[in-house]
Amino acid sequence: MPASTTTDVATLEQRAKEIRRDVVRMIGAAKSGHPGGSLSATDLITALYFAEMNHDPAKPEDPNRDRFILSKGHGVPAQYAAMAHAGYFDRSKLNTLRQMGSPLQGHPERGRMPGLEASTGSLGQGVSIAQGMAMAAKMDGQSWRVYTLIGDGEANEGQIWEAAMSAAHFKLGNLVCIMDCNGIQLDGFVKDILDMGDVAEKWRSFGWNTIEIDGHNMQEILDAFEAARKVTDKPTAIVAHTVKGKGVSFMENNPGFHGVAPTPDEVEQALKELA
Amino acid sequence: MTTQSTLTPTLGKATRDAYGEALVALGASRPNVVVLDADLACSTKSQKFGDKYPERFFNLGIQEANMVSVAAGLASCGKIPFVSSFASFLICKSYDQARMGISNPRLNVKLVGSHGGISLGEDGASQMSIEDVALAVSLPHFAVLVPSDEVSCSALVPAMADHNGPVFMRTGRPKAPIVHDKGTSFRIGGSVTVRDGSDVTLCAYGLMVWESLVAAEMLAAKGISARVIDLYSLKPLDEAAIARAARETGAMVCAEEHQVKGGMGSLVAQVVAENHPVPMRFVGVEDTYAESGQPEELHEKYGLTAAHIAAQAEKAVAAKS
Repeated sequence: MPASTTTDVATLEQRAKEIRRDVVRMIGAAKSGHPGGSLSATDLITALYFAEMNHDPAKPEDPNRDRFILSKGHGVPAQYAAMAHAGYFDRSKLNTLRQMGSPLQGHPERGRMPGLEASTGSLGQGVSIAQGMAMAAKMDGQSWRVYTLIGDGEANEGQIWEAAMSAAHFKLGNLVCIMDCNGIQLDGFVKDILDMGDVAEKWRSFGWNTIEIDGHNMQEILDAFEAARKVTDKPTAIVAHTVKGKGVSFMENNPGFHGVAPTPDEVEQALKELA
Repeated sequence: MTTQSTLTPTLGKATRDAYGEALVALGASRPNVVVLDADLACSTKSQKFGDKYPERFFNLGIQEANMVSVAAGLASCGKIPFVSSFASFLICKSYDQARMGISNPRLNVKLVGSHGGISLGEDGASQMSIEDVALAVSLPHFAVLVPSDEVSCSALVPAMADHNGPVFMRTGRPKAPIVHDKGTSFRIGGSVTVRDGSDVTLCAYGLMVWESLVAAEMLAAKGISARVIDLYSLKPLDEAAIARAARETGAMVCAEEHQVKGGMGSLVAQVVAENHPVPMRFVGVEDTYAESGQPEELHEKYGLTAAHIAAQAEKAVAAKS
């Protein structure tokens, strides 16, 4: 049966909190991974899996499913946790993240586990792959939709802007690109490494229906998805302003937690904060 | 290098033209075939498909990286994308997109790069593809093909569509001498022995198959019997035919419009070394870039003629113990 969805904000916020707890636990257990960018994207990913997307964990190959591609593949702990909560696999598997033989690779790989739509982690490719899927749906006259989530650091990559030009040219109203603007990339703050300027203005100028939101405000996230559905001749960019490491005080806005796992003590403290 | 051959070529179509025509034929029987190009459709000849099936043809503009990832998305939804550009741009500019987007998830995408080798001529080094085979064979799950003439190209395009997995194929710009009889069978992983011989084997693909046939004539005049194998499938490689040739002829020459380092010669040498080591010599581009010029002038300057192949064959034969 299709995944149970809800538009109840409190229910979604509670789900997001549980997913954050799993993210911290699984990265702690793996002793490596990217907590900061997983936690900044958690509310967005929660809204996709539990409110917005038409998908059925029991039928991950359903040709009419909505597709989601996590282009910023290093944030995959949040996706794995959301998928486990949705019923794609047992939550006990989350603790195998990054271990030999686990389908939960360090970055997502299509074919390792049903429900992963693309192999990402080499940044910049997800919007283009999503574009191809959206073109396939349009060719076949299908109504399913395609979602992709990128980082603001990831948008340093030129290919993001190739796809931005191209998806607008092909008028892909069935494509939504969510930009998780947490302001931090591996080596520091985005504004210092490669200042992206006014990213919303960039998407607009590339011809996208562009919506700017607080990426941790569940109602704003739901409203943005709703607004995206109303524009059928342009792809939609949701520029989501987020906080890196959101929900864990010592990780918030801290470049040090881009790609470093919390220690057991830090995991304990984080779980207290996320109680 | 003065020996003249009595062979005269029957020029057929360029393999890029044969590709474009084969795509059109494929479009009739395969509704899920889609064709992508990056603003070179009139040169790669994919435009022939675009003229016939505009609803299944997408010109992505000059965006090779985006195009290859878009193809991954299309393939993951059941389409069979044939992705066209110049081989140099397709494989070099979108290598990572082919690596993680297509090779890693084993998607059913066909990359077809035209203007392979140095025989595209006047446009010069930036357009010439002499690294594509080395790069493509390094991608897990990819099959790699180079047809030598219109006969093999016309047969290999439907074979690619029938093969469920990623494929890279190189086509060429100039008209290609016909080296295969109509009706010859071609398959991914196959080869064709286009001339039998017992003293040395000449392995080649693309235009070098014709040059090898001419070289075999030159060698025959000197009493050397040369076998010529068209290794149109660089991956998987027809290892049985290579091992048998090493055993039966005792010397091997590999000729290709490609960098010698990492090219077909390297692949054949691995098979020979493991099965039946014999003296080998290699003909190809020697760790450099070519330049603008007529194809024949370039083949002469960069050592890719029948005479060069024959000379290396004599050395290989002389090296037999």
